[in-house]
Amino acid sequence: MVEKTITVGVNGMSYTRTVEPRMLLSDFLRQELTLTGTHVGCEHGVCGACTVLLDGRSVRSCLTLAVQVDGSEIETIEGQGEIDRLGRVQEAFRQHHGLQCGFCTPGFIMAVTDLLRHHPLESDEQIREALSGNICRCTGYENIVNAVRELARERGPLT
Amino acid sequence: MASLRYDGISGTMKPAQFDYAVPNTVEEAARLLAESNGDGKIIAGGQSLMPMINFRLVKPSILIDVNRIAGLNRIELVGKRVRIGATVRHHQTASDPLIAKHLPVVHDAMQHVAHVTVRNRGTFCGSVAHADPAAEMPMVTRFLDGTIIALSIRGERRIPAADFFVGSLVNSLEPDEMVLAVEIDVMPDEAGWGFEEFAKRHGDFALAAFAATLRMDNGRARDVRIGMMGVGEVPLRLPEIEEILEETELSQAVLQAVAEKLNDILTPNTDIHASADYRRHLSGVLAKRALRSAWVRAGGRKEATNG
Repeated sequence: MVEKTITVGVNGMSYTRTVEPRMLLSDFLRQELTLTGTHVGCEHGVCGACTVLLDGRSVRSCLTLAVQVDGSEIETIEGQGEIDRLGRVQEAFRQHHGLQCGFCTPGFIMAVTDLLRHHPLESDEQIREALSGNICRCTGYENIVNAVRELARERGPLT
Repeated sequence: MASLRYDGISGTMKPAQFDYAVPNTVEEAARLLAESNGDGKIIAGGQSLMPMINFRLVKPSILIDVNRIAGLNRIELVGKRVRIGATVRHHQTASDPLIAKHLPVVHDAMQHVAHVTVRNRGTFCGSVAHADPAAEMPMVTRFLDGTIIALSIRGERRIPAADFFVGSLVNSLEPDEMVLAVEIDVMPDEAGWGFEEFAKRHGDFALAAFAATLRMDNGRARDVRIGMMGVGEVPLRLPEIEEILEETELSQAVLQAVAEKLNDILTPNTDIHASADYRRHLSGVLAKRALRSAWVRAGGRKEATNG
């Protein structure tokens, strides 16, 4: 087994590391870069907790290898905002109480960031379908949908 | 307290060890696959392969990543066929104008595939190769009689879809072959189509799905193609149902005959999600809806099928 040296942009910073090919992107972010905001739930692509953006599109970081993103740009929850200066999506989730325990929240925030950039979110049905790849066991989704509805309204229709 | 940093102990890794290669050409990919003596795996989107690797159900000696090979991410019209390259992702297929125009039933089927995040990575050809009998891509490839283009160091081989899907998650590729593309004949412009699927959650695997294409000739259905998934070990094309419909005028009675025939011939599994009986019932319901759509889109009278 040959280790690979990769250079990855994460939230605007460049990191070079030598890793085993089998290292998942989720583990790379958490263990190599100590960016533990990306959560790992099921680790086989079902729950959506580990969602990050790869070159602007949401991906499951547990189904992506770190070596595959050599030369790419990753965005994680750490790039969204800080505790006293939340990002817009985070702020909407806070206002609408779109989280309880918070475990699934980083994945939701990153998925919603992609949705707001690329997807029509004109009805509650579209919003619910768009969110169907992320699982939340606390909220019953109502307040998450409320937050996304407000964000979609703010954004307006896609051009 | 344990450090958060990766400590180099292999036990902290989900997958077993493997080597990794990123070829720039399909020839190089085929050579690497041949050299792996059957232990290598091609990875494109990884949305089916990576879960199996994480569970160590699959332990490849080498992963050959085809994502950086130029030109594989195209959907093209080649003569009278639509060619979908090995790294075309689901979000591309679902929104591609060539697909919407020439294979509208595929366009409709793609709207049921997975979630945004999975569609961003998963590939059409990868799903076909994975051969899940409850996935849309194998189903449409099978019922439209598509062709799988396989590549190895021995050259290209064209495999008819009817010979490709041999069991649940089993295809007829040789160990040194990779899927280069899938080609599907364009539907005639005048063809009608219907695609109906039922899943418990949007984007989940189907409990059952039914697809139909047909064209109208003197008020009767012609060139009827029927496909189903989720109700067998492989994606199905159903000549028994096509026979009932061929050269007939769609009516309540014909739809009822289709539902009854489905009930006779289908042998779906009972599993945690649904019983075999429920899947058979669902098949009849979905068949009626899809056939009504196909009939009306081909120019048939809607009233004939109401009831």
